[in-house]
Amino acid sequence: MDNATLLVSPAPHVRQKADTRSIMLDVIIAMLPALVASTIIFGYRSLVIVSVSVICCVLFEYLFQKLCKKNVTVGDLSAVVTGILLGFNLPVSIPLWQVIFGALVAIVAVKQLFGGIGKNFANPAITARIVMIISFAGTMTNFTSPADATSSATPLAQMGTENMPSLLDLFLGNHAGSLGETCALALIIGFVYLLVRRVITWHTTVTFVGSVALLSLAFGQNPLEHILTGGLLLGAIFMATDYSTTPSTKWGKVIFGLGCGVITVLIRVFGGYPEGVSFAILLMNILTPYISTWTRRKIFGGVKNEK
Amino acid sequence: MAIFKLNGVHVKHCKNTAKLKAERIPTPSSVTIPMSMHIGAPSRPVVKVGDEVKVGQLIGEAGQGLSVPVYSSVSGKVKKIDELINVAGTHVQTIVIESDGEQTVAEDISPYEINSREEFLDALCKSGIVGLGGAGFPTLVKLRADVSKVDTLLINGAECEPYITSDTRTMIDDADAVADGIRLIAKFLEIKNIVVGIEKNKPECIAAMKKALADVEGASVKVLPSVYPQGGEKVLVYHSLGRVIKEGKLPLDCGVIVMNCTTVATVSKFIRTGMPLVEKCVTVDGSAIKQPKNLIVPIGAPVSALVEACGGFREEPRKALYGGPMMGIALPDLTSPVLKQTNAVLFFGKKEATPPKVTPCIKCGRCVDHCPFGLDPTAISKAYKENDPETLEKLKVNLCMECGCCSYVCPARRNIVQRNKMAKTMLRNYQTERKKREEAQKNG
Repeated sequence: MDNATLLVSPAPHVRQKADTRSIMLDVIIAMLPALVASTIIFGYRSLVIVSVSVICCVLFEYLFQKLCKKNVTVGDLSAVVTGILLGFNLPVSIPLWQVIFGALVAIVAVKQLFGGIGKNFANPAITARIVMIISFAGTMTNFTSPADATSSATPLAQMGTENMPSLLDLFLGNHAGSLGETCALALIIGFVYLLVRRVITWHTTVTFVGSVALLSLAFGQNPLEHILTGGLLLGAIFMATDYSTTPSTKWGKVIFGLGCGVITVLIRVFGGYPEGVSFAILLMNILTPYISTWTRRKIFGGVKNEK
Repeated sequence: MAIFKLNGVHVKHCKNTAKLKAERIPTPSSVTIPMSMHIGAPSRPVVKVGDEVKVGQLIGEAGQGLSVPVYSSVSGKVKKIDELINVAGTHVQTIVIESDGEQTVAEDISPYEINSREEFLDALCKSGIVGLGGAGFPTLVKLRADVSKVDTLLINGAECEPYITSDTRTMIDDADAVADGIRLIAKFLEIKNIVVGIEKNKPECIAAMKKALADVEGASVKVLPSVYPQGGEKVLVYHSLGRVIKEGKLPLDCGVIVMNCTTVATVSKFIRTGMPLVEKCVTVDGSAIKQPKNLIVPIGAPVSALVEACGGFREEPRKALYGGPMMGIALPDLTSPVLKQTNAVLFFGKKEATPPKVTPCIKCGRCVDHCPFGLDPTAISKAYKENDPETLEKLKVNLCMECGCCSYVCPARRNIVQRNKMAKTMLRNYQTERKKREEAQKNG
């Protein structure tokens, strides 16, 4: 008995169940309702686009890590999350080679070149989307109306005109837009799931959506239309809550959400692009390290250092 | 009162032994008693190889300054005076005593008649008692300090670590000893207000302590939420009394003396019988143990004797711990002795002992969120990696109590608290160097 080999390791000797993979799996589960909704609204091609995006993201991560002789971390499922999010941000008519290009930008340029999971400063899916909007302005803004399969502008561009869909259609997602952004109902189901599973907290999402509502009201526009259009919910729920590119403190999250909301409305009201969520999140990503430092928690019993 | 509760984690309690009264184990054939089972200078052996010793006989006298004496836990013959590397990695003198199985008590053991604070403290000099919650701080030193500003005696009955129930059993089985210890300390140190803090997952303890303290003036039981690390000194003081122990200060500075409930019970037993600290209630549990039990064990008994008393192993043990799974120290082998401050020995099988795979930090912020003191472990890790003690000083890594909540919640399974400990050492070395430099400048 005395010869048993015992492992000596530092405390603690028990760990919570949740690990990186289970957290990513929760995010994927939370995005499933939106995936189902987009397939119903835009047809099977929506599934094809998301699948291509996911496969390419995982493949590029695997190849990059193999080529650079790093540990392969595709098992943590974070590339799958990026793939789904990227697919959600594309219109149904996008050519597949452009999807592959987007995945390359997201995984290699934005994520891996900065050191991989946890080290990238910008959200891969959002940055890839912005690169694609600028590179493929035509196909990226060629939105199809689900009702008659003809080209149509997004509601955000139609705001204030008589073509604006009803609020119910906006809520259910029965209107033109990117794949994952239209069905508010499905996105909110995902949000509730993430809250229940404690993957995210409410702070960023609520302050983001809330500040957009208040500011749009201040500019004399309908806040509900602003909330239900232009990928605001998709961004506020799934992308402004990304761990590595947003602040980790509670107050930091509040500031991040407020900043995103203000920038979104300013771009929507005064800017050239009808929608501002992507740019808002990317700009706030850049400020994240500073926000995190400014909003550090008060240390219990801490006394100011001398000098 | 504390308005905002400090953060922490909800750990599975696993208090499997809470209903089991402590049993006395058969006297082991030999005990190995280290001369350093406390914070401070090691004790000095006063016996030689071949000497006959009895239970309660002095075998190690207190060293210089902060120290306590050590007494024999068995009767028998001194076999060896050896050096041993303890779990902290330092060499420490140990006395190995071969037991004759008689457990003859030393002649000079007799109850104390105490009439004043001086007599009380003088008696405690011969008790060998240290903080039995795990830290091992000499109790006498705590009570000998200037207590004129102290208005509250806070008894720690939180026992927030999973598995451990030795304090639980003390509060239930020895409630009268706890109450008597409280009475003695409160009387001779003239403390008016007594609070016993107990986590609410121990209703039996709460009931037993309320009953035992009914006739003690100024005493009350404070029921605390069962959140780890409720038993951490600063956390306990804040949640029980609403007082904040500031950086670099002691509980004394905000008018509190904090003592573990088992320590208090041991003080009472010592005064009433004269028998110094020679045995300890220890919880033996973990997935590898056949029958988890609470045992009364002579100090110095090898942990293998505890395993035998629990019916052996269910499966091959892969990890053995002094203490609970959150802060416990892993043992290198099963011959390690039970120490004064050992409150549990846990044995885990392959499943629990297999170290988790460490993956990259995903900056989820859970460590930041769960730190009871509001420290920022991600920033501390970064500053440590960059060899930047000045930033560590600003981040106040010195306040880290090493409770392990950060590592516990980390989804990437990173050893965060270990990094914090290394960062603390880096900061301490830097501050010592700086002090030396400043003094040299002043003198030169």
